[in-house]
Amino acid sequence: MSNIAKNLVQGSRELIAFRIGDQEFCVNIMSVREIRGWTPATPMPHAPYYVLGVINLRGAVLPIVDLSMRLGMKAAEPTVRHVIIVAQVNTKVVGLLVDAVSDILTITDENIQPTPDVASEFERNFARGILAIEKRLICYIELDAIFPQSESEAA
Amino acid sequence: MDMNEIKEIFFQECEEQLAELESGLLKLNDGDRDPETVNAVFRAVHSIKGGAGAFGLDDLVAFAHVFETTLDCVRSNKLEPGPEVLKVMLKSADVLADLTNAARDGGSVDQARSKQLIRELEALANGEIPVAAETPVAKPAAQPAAAAAPAPVNEEGFQPVGFSFDDFETAVDEGEVLMVIPTYEVIFKPKSELFAKGNDATLLLRDLSKLGEMSIYCNTDELPPLEELNPERAYLSWKIQVKTDKGEEGIRTVFEFAEWDCDLDVTDVTNAGAPADEDMPMQPIPFDLALLDDNDDHDRPIGVVEEEEHIASDQQAAVAAAATAAKVVEMAGQAARQPAEQRAAPAAAAAANNAANAQSAAGTPTIRVDLDRVDRLINLVGELVINQAMLSQSVVENDTNGTSSINMGLEELQQLTREIQDSVMAIRAQPVKPVFQRMSRIVREVADMVGKSIRLVTEGENTEVDKTVIDKLAEPLTHMIRNAVDHGIETPEKRVANGKNPEGTVKLTAKHRSGRIVIELADDGAGINRERVRQKAIDNDLIAADANLSDEEIDNLIFMPGFSTADKISDISGRGVGMDVVKRSIQALGGRISISSRPGNGSTFTMSLPLTLAVLDGMVVTVAGQTLVVPLTAIVETLQPEPSAIHSFGSNQRLISIRNSFCPLVDVGRILNFRYQQANPVDGVALLVESEGGGQRALMVDAIQGQRQVVIKSLEANYTHVPGIAAATILGDGRVALILDVDAIVAASRGQPLRSDSSLAAAG
Repeated sequence: MSNIAKNLVQGSRELIAFRIGDQEFCVNIMSVREIRGWTPATPMPHAPYYVLGVINLRGAVLPIVDLSMRLGMKAAEPTVRHVIIVAQVNTKVVGLLVDAVSDILTITDENIQPTPDVASEFERNFARGILAIEKRLICYIELDAIFPQSESEAA
Repeated sequence: MDMNEIKEIFFQECEEQLAELESGLLKLNDGDRDPETVNAVFRAVHSIKGGAGAFGLDDLVAFAHVFETTLDCVRSNKLEPGPEVLKVMLKSADVLADLTNAARDGGSVDQARSKQLIRELEALANGEIPVAAETPVAKPAAQPAAAAAPAPVNEEGFQPVGFSFDDFETAVDEGEVLMVIPTYEVIFKPKSELFAKGNDATLLLRDLSKLGEMSIYCNTDELPPLEELNPERAYLSWKIQVKTDKGEEGIRTVFEFAEWDCDLDVTDVTNAGAPADEDMPMQPIPFDLALLDDNDDHDRPIGVVEEEEHIASDQQAAVAAAATAAKVVEMAGQAARQPAEQRAAPAAAAAANNAANAQSAAGTPTIRVDLDRVDRLINLVGELVINQAMLSQSVVENDTNGTSSINMGLEELQQLTREIQDSVMAIRAQPVKPVFQRMSRIVREVADMVGKSIRLVTEGENTEVDKTVIDKLAEPLTHMIRNAVDHGIETPEKRVANGKNPEGTVKLTAKHRSGRIVIELADDGAGINRERVRQKAIDNDLIAADANLSDEEIDNLIFMPGFSTADKISDISGRGVGMDVVKRSIQALGGRISISSRPGNGSTFTMSLPLTLAVLDGMVVTVAGQTLVVPLTAIVETLQPEPSAIHSFGSNQRLISIRNSFCPLVDVGRILNFRYQQANPVDGVALLVESEGGGQRALMVDAIQGQRQVVIKSLEANYTHVPGIAAATILGDGRVALILDVDAIVAASRGQPLRSDSSLAAAG
């Protein structure tokens, strides 16, 4: 696992940290397009359990993923205080429902520690390292696997 | 701008020129003898040749050159554009289009065909009117023309006319009396850059001399004494009088590549009398271009020398013959024209209409814009409309009594946004003309192949519709035209036997009707043989042998999958995939197609298509608390089910009786997994829909909210294809609503699970 951490591009990087329940996560700021408040989504038929539906983002149809559910935690109960992180994942743009955005971090690769070896889908698909910032644990996640490669799994 | 971009522009222009060429030829075919039409045709070929030359597309140049030469004969009235001549020319236009396409996309063309046409064109240029020439007079008359034809219209071998400045005026007058060819005065003053870029004034002047008779004066005023002369500077300028029918444009074309590096002044002095040369005080020196040519013979390309000398020598002998021959041909031509005019008479109204259209089309300047930019604009305007609607809604909600100024402002905003939306949509709208023109070629080729004589009449070519619709229209239309020519129209013998004109007519009409475009394809053939259609349908197990069908129902059988009435499968149509494919592609465009047929009098196919694919007329419905949009084209009728009309059928199916027939009820909410229990049909509304397979289903929804035009948004862009859902749209409140894929829903109700027939499975 440490390989992945090492393979990250050298130098400092900026991350956006956000909160889901009592855990903190962060993603690369370069993949984040904007952050907006929660608006009710239109449910999609036959959607995976973690897709809440679609919303209108200035004319584009944007799927909303309950990141909490996607990461294997309990379903979020969206309120007006929840935010949607609009992120670019590969060629698509998705909205990630999270509890709140907490921080913008500037870190170097040395700050990233390898993920502890725990057997879970979350660890395999998303976790790319952990950060210790001011005694907080922030998990650095990668969004590439947000929609499974094998689309049939999504259905 | 790199070479490829320039090339791309050239090919785009080629397309326009080819369209121009074809429409011009078709006009000539209809008996139009306007010299401007001939000129337009000539110009089209000439421009293609010119551009192709610049890109070294030799095949294209070679063919265009021969074509051009023949057209030139028509232009100079040496060749009467009779039906036979035009047939060759139309074929040549097709080959020219093929060559252009081959040059752009690679691939090959039918070499034998183009060679054959080159021979035919050359034969025409040599005055050999094809065997089927209409009048016997034309034949002998053509003989003297044969001798004369190699002489081009223009005095290519330029004769220097040395006249002194004093009798200039008389010379011009004489010119006017003898010919009405306008005279232009060209003042050509090269800058040093011209030579620095490798251009040669001599070549330009020589090209200019090809336009017509000209006289050249060289102005040497600025020439300094030899010791001060800078060999890299330009000192000379020329004043040229040229008589040409190519117009100022033709002259400027010669200087096209040099115009930035010279001062060029072209004035029409046909009626001006003495040239206004006071402002350019110079001692005119008669300038003999031929001498110059002789001097630099050694560095001229050999081909050019030969061609020119050949022409020059031929010309001497031919000039006298040409004058008489031209007259004879013209007389013969007039005789031949009579029947053509008679035939043209019934179509006069259409022709006048076309002319009016052409006029209105010609006058407006246009720009070329990348389609992506327009689409972006359309998207943004769609957003604007939604935003405006949301704004209005929130003002109404928050401000109950409403400040009148805000409300007025909002109303104005609403009007403006609507107007902007309409105008932006209009940008994408294009006339159907290019597609219709392509069809004329198909009619020609297929008619040739099956040995029928068929005329394509088009009407309403300037009817505008969204570009995507046009692009997708070509294929089904081609299919239908082929069918009409192959199956619809009878053989000439049969037509004569039935007392019809041996020449069949296929009529293609486009018009706007209630926010849609209606395209009609009518042939005057035998009509649908209902007995045979019926038999075929029974043979193919499409209907029961004892089915009782109305004429209309029988006619519509041809849209069934796997139906083809042609006794033998031909090259052209009848591969077993037939009208059902057409119907499906029309439906994919949100359109409908129907047929009406009268035995002995032909059939008419009527297609009704939406004007744009960016918006859709939909019925907004509620299903299990969700708002869905059902495309209006799919809905046959809506009804409120009576409890007595609902019948249980089998384990969990229900049928609804509609006028004594039973139709399966489909609970949309259940199929889309919006609810797990079947809703009570009596509480909702049933939408009777017709699906791709032709079967009817009653879709159950909870309520109908209304009917409105919605902007189609892709779901695939950021998500993935969703089975049962065609696309999404954004409603006035800013929320996303899903557009139902009726065909998929109906298919799902037949027991095909929604998931397996979707692209999800394909991707996984």
